[in-house]
Order: sequence, then C-alpha cells, then structure tokens
Amino acid sequence: MRVLAQVAMVMNLDKCIGCHTCSVTCKQTWTNRDGVEYVWFNNVETKPGVGYPKRYEDQERWRGGWQLDRRGRLKLRAGGRARRLLNLFANPDLPQLDDYYEPATYDYDTLINAPAGPHTPVIRPKSAITGDDMAITWGANWEDDLGGAPEHAHGDPNLAAMAEKVRLEFDRTFMFHLPRICEHCLNPACVAACPSGAMYKREEDGIVLVDQDRCRGWRMCVSSCPYKKVYVNHRTGKAEKCTFCFPRIEAGQPTVCAETCVGRLRYIGLVLYDADAVLDAARVADPRDLLEAQRKVFLDPDDPAVAEAARASGISDDWIEAARRSPIYRLAMRYRVALPLHPEYRTLPMVWYIPPLSPVLDAVTGAGADADDPDNVFHAITDLRIPLDYLASLFSAGDTEVVAGVLMKLSAMRAHMRARTLDGAVSGDLLESVGMPAADLEEMYRLLAIAKYEERYVVPAAHREDAAALSAQAGGCSLDGDGGPGMSEFHPAALTGRRTDGRTGLKLFVGKGGTP
Amino acid sequence: MSVALWVVVPYIALTVFVVGHVWRWRVDQFGWTTRTTQVLESRLLRLGSPLFHLGVLAAIGGHALGLLVPKGWTEAVGVSEHAYHLVSVTAGTVAGVMVVAGLALLLARRLTSPRVRRTTTRTDKALFAVMAVVILLGMAGTVGENLIGGGYDYRATIAVWFRGVLTLRPDPSLMTGVPLIFQLHALSAWVFLAMWPFTRLVHVWSAPVAYLWRPYVVYRRRTARPGSTR
Repeated sequence: MRVLAQVAMVMNLDKCIGCHTCSVTCKQTWTNRDGVEYVWFNNVETKPGVGYPKRYEDQERWRGGWQLDRRGRLKLRAGGRARRLLNLFANPDLPQLDDYYEPATYDYDTLINAPAGPHTPVIRPKSAITGDDMAITWGANWEDDLGGAPEHAHGDPNLAAMAEKVRLEFDRTFMFHLPRICEHCLNPACVAACPSGAMYKREEDGIVLVDQDRCRGWRMCVSSCPYKKVYVNHRTGKAEKCTFCFPRIEAGQPTVCAETCVGRLRYIGLVLYDADAVLDAARVADPRDLLEAQRKVFLDPDDPAVAEAARASGISDDWIEAARRSPIYRLAMRYRVALPLHPEYRTLPMVWYIPPLSPVLDAVTGAGADADDPDNVFHAITDLRIPLDYLASLFSAGDTEVVAGVLMKLSAMRAHMRARTLDGAVSGDLLESVGMPAADLEEMYRLLAIAKYEERYVVPAAHREDAAALSAQAGGCSLDGDGGPGMSEFHPAALTGRRTDGRTGLKLFVGKGGTP
Repeated sequence: MSVALWVVVPYIALTVFVVGHVWRWRVDQFGWTTRTTQVLESRLLRLGSPLFHLGVLAAIGGHALGLLVPKGWTEAVGVSEHAYHLVSVTAGTVAGVMVVAGLALLLARRLTSPRVRRTTTRTDKALFAVMAVVILLGMAGTVGENLIGGGYDYRATIAVWFRGVLTLRPDPSLMTGVPLIFQLHALSAWVFLAMWPFTRLVHVWSAPVAYLWRPYVVYRRRTARPGSTR
C-alpha cells in the first residue's frame, strides 16, 4: 500500500444557480491573456445541453479517456503509444476553435473617439483572434438556462443514450447547471498521452499540472482528456489547464472558484488513497462497477493502520488530521451522496458531484402534487425515468439505482429536518428506507446547508520547511513566466531579462497585444 | 572567394548552429515548442503536415546516405553507381514531391486562414522563405540535373567536401566545378542551418521517442531537491 493525499472537490448541484461567478473569477485569475481568450479552466454549462466544447462527452468522436482492449487491459481510447507518435504531425481528434467558440471583443474606442454626428456610435464585435469583424454565433455558455435548447440540446450526448421520449418533452423539460473544472484524476489520460512527459501529477496533493518549460506543443493531452479540460494556448503553442489554484492551496486557501462561489456549493478537502490500487480500479470490466472500485481506492483516515501507512509514506500528521476532517471523504464515503462525473471514462476523476434533486421536484410539482411530501418524491424517484436516466448517464455510467439512492437520501434529509423542526417528530420508517441513522442525516444536513467556511474548505497548507525551497526554486513569483498569469510589466526580471538566480531570461516577447 | 564560400560560410553557420542551440536550450525552454496552430485550422494541416514531415524525414535520410556514406563503402557492398543513382533519384524525387506538396499546402494554409496568419511571427516568415528556397533548389538539383538531365555524381565532389568540413579538413577546390544549382542549394542550406536554433525548428530535437517506454502516469514531487537544476 502506497498512501498518497489528493486535494479533491465536491459540488452540490442543487445549490448552483448558474451565476458564472466561479467562471469569471477563474478567468480573471488565470486566463485573461492573449492565446487563451477562448479558454475557461472553470465553466458552467446548462444540462441538458451540448456543453463546452460542443459535445465533448461524445467519446466516439473525440476518443478521450481510457478503454479496455479485448484482453481487458487499460488503453488510451485514441490508441497506444506507437499510434500516438504516428499521429504526431496531425492529431485527428483535436477539437477546433469553433468547437469551443471564437472569442470576441469590441472596438470600445469607437465610443470615445467617434466624430460628432447625428447618431450614437455603435461598437461592433471583433474576433479576439484575428481582429476582424465577426458575428457572434456561439460561446462557452451559449445555452445558458436552456436558451436555444429546442434547437441545440438534442446534440447532448447523454440524451442520445436515452429513450427517445425525452426529446419530445422539451417544453416541459428539467434543467440544472453543471460547473466543471479539471478533474485532477487519479488515472489521468492527459498525463498518459503527453509525449514529452511534461504533464505530471504532484505526489503531495495530486494536482495535475503542465510543466510549461517541458511542454513541446504536441497537443495529445487536449484530445485525450475526456472532459476537454486541457487547452492549447495558441500564442505560446503550449498546453494549459486548471491548476486547482495550487498557489492558494499551498497557502491553505481554497481555489478561487470555490472561494467566490455565491451558492457556497463547493467543498474542498483531502482524500487519502492507495496509489497501488489505482490501475486495478480503473480496469474493472463493467463500467457500472467503476464507482465502487474508485471508492475502494480511498482509504479511511480514521483507520489507525491507514494513518500508520500514511506516515510511512511521508504524509505529515497535520495532513492526516485534515484528511479526517475532510468534507469530501464524508460526502463521498460516509454519506455516499457525492458521485464522480462520467466514471465510465476510467480516469478516476476527483471532482465529484451531489446530483440535483430539483429535476425530480420539478416533475412532482409539474404533475400537480406536493413536492414537500416525501412519499410523492420517493414515488417520483422510482417512477420517473427521464431525469433519473439522464443523471445516471452523467454520474453513474447509467446505473439509475445509484442515482436514485442518492436522491432518496437528499429527499429523506429534507423530510427528516422538516419533521424535526416543524412537528418535533422523527419518522423511523423514513430513516430506515434510506439506511441512514438520524445523527448522520443531521450531520449531512449541517454540512450541506449551514456549514461555515472552515468546514467547507479543509485545506492544510504546504509545509513551511517546503516553502523555503519553493521560494528558492521560483526565484520570485512562480507565476511570473513569460506570458504567465502573474506576468507583470513592473517585474524587474521582465524588464531586464536578468533573473535572480543569475541566469539571463528572455525579455517578454509574447503576450503583448498585436503581432508578437 | 572559394575559401570564403566553402570554408568560412560553413564554419560560421555550424558555429551559430551549435552555440545558438546551447544558448536557446539554456535560456528559452519556454519558447521551445512546435508552436502548434492545429486548434486554429485543421483541415489543410491534416493533409499538409504529415506529407511535409514524412517527406522531410525521408529527405534527411537520403542526405545522410548521400553525404555521409563514402562512395567506396556502397560500392564495396556491391551497389553499382547506376543502381545507387536509380534509387537516390527515385526516392529523392518522391520525398521531394512530398515535401514540396506539403509545404505548399502549409503555406497556403497560413495565407488563407486568417487565424493562422495572425499567429505567424516574423521569424516564421523568414524561416518559411529560406526553407522554401532550400527545398526548391534541392528539387531543381534532383529533378533538373539528375532525373531529366544527364545526372551529376555529387558523391565524388559535394559529399567529399561536406565530410571534409565535418572532419575539419575542408577542401574548397572540390566545390569549384560543381553545377551552380547544387552550389546554391548548399549555400542556402548553411543559411538555413544558422537560422535553425532561433526558430520553431528546435522542436525537431524534442521528437518524443522516449514516450514509447516511459510509464503512462508521471508523478513528480513539488519541491525541487537542492542542487537539482529542474
């Protein structure tokens, strides 16, 4: 057993109002630069919908993630090593800019500089790539709140897997928001596909990163990530991705997307896992067993044997203590209400979701029944195929029983708290039906409904003895690379080309407006 | 004059080539990339890029065979001059046609796709111009002299001179009688080599062959150990 720690996230989808604050603050922090105008490390999509980039979940088309070959061995869906190298000169599975969207800006100066005239000046959209006039026809959240869904949402690959009845009821359809960041997988396909070995998973916290100095722009990671969360910076020619805000995590702070989440629906914490068990978990035969297989990889931090092994692997006591208080472990393992997104990709993703109850409640209300009555909700969960099939296609490789079990718990939690608060009575039948004791339901309620900052984000800081090495290594801010997000015109190194470690760096030649 | 062209120019170019690479590797890892634009345009690239790259690999192999392997060696293993000429001209023409077609497609792509055009740097433009000249002169030599014309045995002159340059025993007199087209090809190639380290061509040295045997998932520790360079 080799114990590693992983910083993980859970998002409670019932609380997401689709405000995109996470996306905006993430973009302001990480991708407001030339070359990544079209890139959203964090995006929020409306489901049902085709997503960003379009139809990224269609792995028949994009061939991301892993699959089992005929002999049951784990293989990148896009082919083995030799096959990847043969496709080096042109990647057949690479999404195009138009699969994301062509980013636009406006000639704002017109508003100020237009000569006096009878008409108010009008700004026109310009392509942020070419600078030419353009018509804006798509965006990263084009189908926000099902806008245009009757026309577009049929392209949602999750619907294709379902019975056709869904498509006919779009005017009475369900809807929820799905915020997405990099999954920081335990078995990352992007890392496995990188020909240069520039992508890596950090041993300390499991964050998956691109070494900008080693990336050579072979762009295999972009197509191999089934979530399409690695992007090409078309200005630098290198891959970039969600960093799980590692500079903040190292300082014991939550990611920017979590920090600024208006609905407080994100949870961050540690999960201890057995690195030696990852590959076996990723290659179980039936995709529906992947969820349980991944849960088995996680280790119980309260188990003394696990703590002992963790210490032997070099994990410090404060990290083990943080793992014990982890909201992620509680939601995924104790209450078992958090589920991975598309476990069938076999990457063992580490950003999990509590599926939304709202589609079911909407259906109950839509049928004229009382959505506060747990009986109605339970019947809806067991009887209504449409939202359940859809949720199962997202979160449990099509196993509706798993999703139904979670929704039952969420519904029982509501009913229990309502009964306790309003009537002062607790129904034993209700607790038995979902197999959770009252204490657990109430703790879960506390975590989901009223948990404060310190309970939602349990992030142990990187160790101080490491921090000295960290700053020595960086020679200044680690984000201050050419074209990097911390790139600052006032940084002396950028002006003089002289770095603190005595080596001479290049002066900035990318990342400034206009032609480089 | 012939010393300047066939001794001084080669050594200046080779020095710039070597020193330039060392400098670029040490200073500019961040700029060391293919500068891929496939995300901006894929249709023409998927045809042009493999044509160009595979053609170039074949051409490089051909040049290595023709320039580095002495004529005596091939004859010693029983390859006659006629047989060699036949093989080199056919393979060279095929490779050359692939390179020219691929380059034409890629250049057309740069011109016709506004997105790709905007990401093209001045260095790129200079590189493409010199590369096109080298390739066209090379094609003219192979097709014009060796395929259509009477044929020129460059292994008796150019190859000997080239090996002399590499072994520090340059003999400029070998190049004086060489047909102009081959002279120009050689000279332009030196310019091309001198440009190499300062362009996107450096990605050639990063051909990821090690991918074939490295473990799939790479783990790295966050902190650099004391004394490690990277």
